[in-house]
Order: sequence, then structure tokens, then C-alpha cells
Amino acid sequence: MTEHAGLRHVRYVLSDNPVTAGSFALFGLFLVLALVGPWIAPFDPLETDPSKVLQPPSAQHWFGTDQLGRDILSRVIVATGLDFGMALAAVLLSFGIGCALGACAGYYGGWIDRVVSRLADTIMAFPLFVLAMAIVAALGNTVENIIYATAIINLPFYIRVARSEVNVRRNAGFVEAARLAGNTEARILAFHLFPNILPPVMVQISLNMGWAILNAAGLSFIGLGVRPPQPEWGIMVAEGASYMISGEWWVSFFPGVVLMLAVFCFNLLGDGLRDMIDPRRRT
Amino acid sequence: MLRLIGKRLLAAIPNVIGIVIVTFVLTRALPGDPAAFYAGPAATQEAVEQIRASLGLDQPLWGQFIDYVGDLARGDLGLSVSTGQQVLDEILRRLPASLELTLLGLLVACAIALPLGILAATRPGSWVDHACRLVTTLGVSLPIFFTGLLLAYVFYYLLGIAPPPVGRLDSMYSPPAHVTGFYLVDSLLAGDPELFFAAGKQMVLPVLTLAIFVLAPLARMTRAAMLGVLSSDFVRTARASGLSAATVLYRYAFRNAMLPVVTTLGMVFSFMLGSSVVIEKVFAWPGIGSFAVDALVQSDYAPVQGFVLVMALLFVTLNLMIDLLYTLIDPRVSIDD
Amino acid sequence: MDSPVPLLSVESLGVEFRTRGGTVHALEDVSFTVGKGETVGVVGESGSGKSVLFYAVLGILDAAGRITGGRAVFGGLDLVRASASELEEIRGREAAMIFQNPRVALNPIRKVGHQIEDVLARHTSTPSAELRRRAVEALAAVRIPDPERRYHAYPFELSGGLCQRIMIAIALACSPSLLVADEPTTGLDVTTQAAVMDLIGELARKRNMASVLITHDLGLAAEHCDRIVVMHAGHVVEVAPTAELFARPRHPYTARLIATTPHAVADLRSLAAIPGSLPDLRRGDLPACRFLDRCDRSEAACLQRPLPRVSAGPAHAVACRRPL
Repeated sequence: MTEHAGLRHVRYVLSDNPVTAGSFALFGLFLVLALVGPWIAPFDPLETDPSKVLQPPSAQHWFGTDQLGRDILSRVIVATGLDFGMALAAVLLSFGIGCALGACAGYYGGWIDRVVSRLADTIMAFPLFVLAMAIVAALGNTVENIIYATAIINLPFYIRVARSEVNVRRNAGFVEAARLAGNTEARILAFHLFPNILPPVMVQISLNMGWAILNAAGLSFIGLGVRPPQPEWGIMVAEGASYMISGEWWVSFFPGVVLMLAVFCFNLLGDGLRDMIDPRRRT
Repeated sequence: MLRLIGKRLLAAIPNVIGIVIVTFVLTRALPGDPAAFYAGPAATQEAVEQIRASLGLDQPLWGQFIDYVGDLARGDLGLSVSTGQQVLDEILRRLPASLELTLLGLLVACAIALPLGILAATRPGSWVDHACRLVTTLGVSLPIFFTGLLLAYVFYYLLGIAPPPVGRLDSMYSPPAHVTGFYLVDSLLAGDPELFFAAGKQMVLPVLTLAIFVLAPLARMTRAAMLGVLSSDFVRTARASGLSAATVLYRYAFRNAMLPVVTTLGMVFSFMLGSSVVIEKVFAWPGIGSFAVDALVQSDYAPVQGFVLVMALLFVTLNLMIDLLYTLIDPRVSIDD
Repeated sequence: MDSPVPLLSVESLGVEFRTRGGTVHALEDVSFTVGKGETVGVVGESGSGKSVLFYAVLGILDAAGRITGGRAVFGGLDLVRASASELEEIRGREAAMIFQNPRVALNPIRKVGHQIEDVLARHTSTPSAELRRRAVEALAAVRIPDPERRYHAYPFELSGGLCQRIMIAIALACSPSLLVADEPTTGLDVTTQAAVMDLIGELARKRNMASVLITHDLGLAAEHCDRIVVMHAGHVVEVAPTAELFARPRHPYTARLIATTPHAVADLRSLAAIPGSLPDLRRGDLPACRFLDRCDRSEAACLQRPLPRVSAGPAHAVACRRPL
């Protein structure tokens, strides 16, 4: 497929599926918030004001204020960067390491394959969120460790996709041709086989981003990783939890809704990408 | 059948070994010096060394590992610093609360997801189909702690029809005599319907929260599997034989569609066990998840390690049951082995 | 051979499929009859609509398909206007169908004996204690060796030929008056193919059951059928008794089809391929004659509607403006 036809296909899918187009737009908005959030937030997200504690949404504070009088809208906006950053870093880590391990396992086979597959199986033998909890507990309660934990529990998915995609092409005609042309094994793996695993992995990345955000926010919610007063969606929901059942719904509601929208956006995006890359697997 | 169970058990052994190694590594990777932690801030260097020796931390790593495995074999998961209790006892005491919640959540999720997926597959393009798509995409996008809080706000604060989200029983009731540890079962065994309803009322919101989360992947899988099976050759044969629509749908299509659904149950259990931790925190549910979270906040690590180990073993057991269930439905499996 | 009141009489049947790429005009103005006890072959390339025709007649079109008009009278009842439950009553009891690739056309996780019992329980008043005996009898009737043991088998444990026999057993369990066999030998090896065809023929004769053989293999149809219906791109282009069709084909397409059939030619070098392919049935402007683009006898008049149906003998009809 030529570049031109590819673009046309993308345009066709987008116009055919307004939901996917909408999720692309929403993704763009989140991206802007993540990049320039601190500069466009109306208030300082850390500034407390005892005279404005727990005010409901108003013209001045669209999302209301929290138990310390901080502006929730500003906190939600600024948190976008941290939540997206954590998820992106985690997904990129598991993408890089997972694909490299999976591709080697699929290409070389033998003991490398056995070790890598056993690693993936062992990770999958745990309920994944519980394993993430354990890793953060063991490594220490920091943002970096949340990223590592999220990356580790996502590893098996990338390992498996990369392994099977490389394995089926290991002896394909174009690989034999590259081998006869004098390419080294490592070169074949990197330049001839690796590009083939990218389309299915892109879909995986998009679906995983949503899940990684949920996971990081969930860990923050139970008190791991991000420490107050730093704004982060999960911890903001946790801070507002006790006010929810006494009627001050907005403290938890807005960060929760935005978190949900972000995850929803990535899931729709993943489905849309899957339609674009492989229309046959449409469900 | 027995031979098959034996084979599956053998196949699970590498996973169990992996779990034990990982939990051991996580124990040793603890931040700081456990000996100093147990001794307390006022302890002398000598006291710390003494504790280190008594904990076996002065031995080489493989020696520590053997000690660790030995402790596990004796059921010794260590002491909780904050409660002073044996971790295993505490976990066993709290396990029924978690299991009752999780199993009921799964049951409710299946009760909604399977008919929804079937309806969506039999009427592609209808409103049921669109509703199913929406529910499945929304369901996996919902942060479970947020769903729980939202439900509590609406049904407890706004509508006042749900009890406050504070554990398994309102404080005016005392728990039923311990038989199974499941309050719903025990209250019935005790012949106390009032207690049964009181315990049931407490369960509605947390079970619903869990079910909403879990039904999404289940409904999605059911829909996809049913779509595939309904267009298969053998369903056409069944229709051509004039079998009634109900027979075709359930005895022919649904049973075959269950095979891939059962396979994804493993992933579903993984999600469920993880999210039960968060739900227990939201609803102050006295299960093993909230035990671990409380311990975590107090840097009390033995309960966390014990919790992780128990959860992983529970997960392995569940996967084993899924395998066996699959073998029961699909006659082709037993030959392949 | 055409008995005065045919068992099945299809008149002007039309079928459409709605797809993402547009509406497929799968069948248009299809008419033919099947007499009691007769064996009729329905022949055409894949995509000519021969399977869809019988899915429509028996009411098992998938959700995207729709009957646009016509009648299909079977035993006095118009199946096009029959209710879903009336059709269910007829399928499997009065008219049964068997399919290609028998190994995947049976429920993979149900014992074959139980699959036969399902049909018996649905259509007969056999007491449940008797079901099993009748199922074993049905297995024996299609000459499956050791039926008591095969009763407990799953399809994956049986060969393709045995699976096809099981499917025949299911179809014939309630002694229908019509059996539609949709490419019954596709996916079987050559020796099994002959055995399966002989079995169908023998059972049909013994029970005085009419049968329809859907196939792309004109030679196979010639061997087993009394009469042949030739289909092309959703049209019936020619209907004739087998001997007459081979002796004097009137439609250009039939003539070509006969020329491409190895059984009919001594020298493989004279084997002719049919140029072109089936027209895109999604087109809105399909010509009256759908063979037009592939035909070397076409002329301007061929574009005129309607497509004529010319009688070429007592039981011979051809849908062509310029028949051979």
C-alpha cells in the first residue's frame, strides 16, 4: 500500500467511524493539557486557602475546591502531565524491553526462548495489580517505582506478541533472501523482522496506555507512589473519598471523570487503530 | 479424569516455584535493613546484629532461600509488626470476606454479561448490540475505585437506599456463628433471615462495583465468540435439521462459544483479584486486600508478602480449575495431552 | 419424469444480501421444479448462487439475506410465506440438507449419537427410552460399522467420510421426502467420494426420496442425476434431462461448461476454460442476461428485458435470446 493510499484509508476509517475521530480529538486535547497544563491552569494547584474549603463548583472554581481550599480544576489539569507521563514511560519501557526479549526468543529459540517464556509465564502467574503492589512495596514508595511496576506487569503482552510475530516469519522468503545477501542475524532481526511486529504492537500500546493509567492511578489510590500534595488523579479521588459519602461529591468526581475519560479515549483509540491496521479482526 | 487432574497439577508446579522465587526476591529487595526495622530506632548495633542472626539474614542468599521455603512449608508467613499476629492466621480469618465478595461479583457479572453478549451477537446492529459495545468499552475504562465511590454517593448519600459503606455488617448486628466464613451462607445456616438480608445489603454496592468492571471483558468475549460460532458450519447444519431456535442457540452455539470465554476467565480472575483490593479499601471491607493495604501504609511488610503469596496461589488454583472446566466442556482436549 | 404435481416448485425466486459494499443481487427470477423421487443436479461455478438458492428455500439464509419475491411451494405450502416455526417443522422432517466439509459441519463437542437424537426428539414422538435405539439404527442405515460404538464418538474422532455418513444419518433420521446435498463430496478423498455418492443414491431409491445434488462438477451431476439445472450468476440459464443436456446444450454457458468437464472429453487438450468471471452482483445496472460479458454470441437485443425463457423440448428450457 502506498503512503497516499494509506492516508486515504485512515481518512476513510475516520469518516466512517466518528467515534474514532472523536477519540483522536480527545487525545489531542489531553496531549495539550499534559504538555502545557501548568501554564494554562487558572490557579496554583498547590496553593491552599482556608477561607475557601470544600466549595462546590462555581463560576470562579469550575470544579470546586478541595478540603484545603485548592482549586480542583487546576489540580486536574496539572495532574494530566504526571498521569500521562507515568503511563507513557511505563508503556515505552515494556514496549522496548518486551519486544526485544520477545523478538530474540522468537528468532533464536532454544534456551533463550525457554527463559523468556518462563519469565512471561511467571509474571502472568500473579494477579497483575497485586504483583504491581508487591513490586512498589519492595522497591520503595516512589513515582519511578510505580513506572517500573507498571512496566513489568505489561511485559508479558509485548513478549508474546513479538515472539509469535517473529517466530512465524523466522524462515520466510524475505528473511532467507536477506540472509543470503550477507546480513548478520542481528541485522536481520532489527531491520527485517522488527518492522513487521510494529502494527500489532501499536494496537497493544494504545490499549495498554489506558490500562497503565488505570494501574498507576489505582496504586496511588491505595497510597502507593505519588505523595500528597502532588496533584495526581488517583490520589485526588482518594483524598475526596470520605467527602463523597458526606455530600461533597465534586472533590472526587472531577478527577475521577477525567481519569475515566482518558482511559476511555485510549481504549477507543486502540479499537480504532485495530480497525485501521487489521479490518478483519473487527469485533 | 484423575490422571488429567494429576497432569494439570504437575504442570502448575513451575508456576508455583516461580511465585515462591519472586516473592522471596521481593522480600530481599525491601528498602532498608529489615533487622534495623524490627529492632526499632533505639536499638544498639549489637541488638540489630542479634536480630539479624535470629532472622537468618546473616546467611548467604541461598541459605536464606532454603529457610524461606522451609517457613512456607510450615505455613509460617511471619509476624505482623502492627498487630503482633501471625500473618497466616490473620489472612485465613479475613479470606472468606474477600472470597465472598469476589465470587458473588463474578456470579453477578456472568449473569449479566453472558445474556448481553448472546443478545448482541444474535442481533448485530440492534440497540442491544450498541449497548453491549458501549458497556464493554465503558466498563474497562472505569477506574474501579471511582465507580465504587460514585455508587456509594448515589445510593447511600443521595437516595439513601444503600447502607453506609462500612464493612460486612452494620454495627447493630453481630456476625453469624462461623461455619464457612461467608456471612450469607452462615446466616442462612443459623436460620437468621434478618441477618442474611443485613449482610446482603452491605454486599450490594461492592458486588455491583466489581461486577460492572468484570462484565465488560466477559460480555465482549461472549459476543465475539457467539458471532463466530453462529456463522459456523455446524450451526448451519443444526438449523437445517429444523432444531428449534432455542436448541440451536444454547445446545449448539452457546456451549461452543463458552470455550473461548472460559479461556479468558483467567485474565478476568487476574483483574478481579487485583480490583478486589481497591474495592475493599473503598467499602472498608475487612478482607485480605484491605489488610495488605493497611499494612503497606504502616511499612509492615510481612503481611504484604503473605498477601501476595496467598493471592498468587489462589490465582494458580483458579487457573487450574479453569483448565479442568475446559476439559469438561471440550472432549478434544483430553486426547491432545 | 416430471410428475404432474412436483414435490418442490420454485417460481421467480429472488434473493438479496445487504453488505457493507452494497446490495448483492444474489438470485433473480429463479424457477425450477423437483418431482417426487427424482434426482436433480444444480450445477454452476462457485458464486452462482446454487447454495443460497436452497438456503432461501429452506429458510436458513443468514441475517443479511432477504427474499425479494417469488414462491417456493413444497408439499402444498409456500415456504417463502411460511412462518419460522412452520419452516422449522419442515426442515429435518420433510426436507433435509447435508453440506460440504462434514468434519466441521457437525457440532464438535457433542457425541454424534446425541446429535442424531436431537433431530429425532425434535421431529418425532419417539419415547426417550427409544431414542438411543433409533439413533443406532440410523447409524446402521448409513452403513457405519460398529454403530453402537460410533454412537459415543465425537466428530474429531471420525474420518471425513464417516462424518459425512453421520450427517446423512442426521438428515435421513426422520425419512424426509427431499434431501438437498450441497457439494457433499467436497473435502473428502476420491474413494470416499464415490462411496458417499453411491450411498445417497441407494438410500434415495430405497426410500423413494427426491434428492438435489448441488455441485460445480458437471460430470458428477451427469453420473447421478435425472435432470440438471444450470445456474450462472444468480440466474437459471438452462434446465434439461441429463442425456439431452449433454447431447444438445442450448445455452452458450452450458456448452462451455460441458466443454470444460474432463469426463465429457477424451482429449484433455481440448479442455476449454470459460473466459471472464462472474459479474459483480453488487452492480445496480446488471444486464438482463448476466452472461452477456462472457458470451461470444451476444448482440444488442440481449440487453432487452426481460430475459426470455425459451422452450427447447418437452422438459427442456433455456434462458437465452440466441440459444445454440
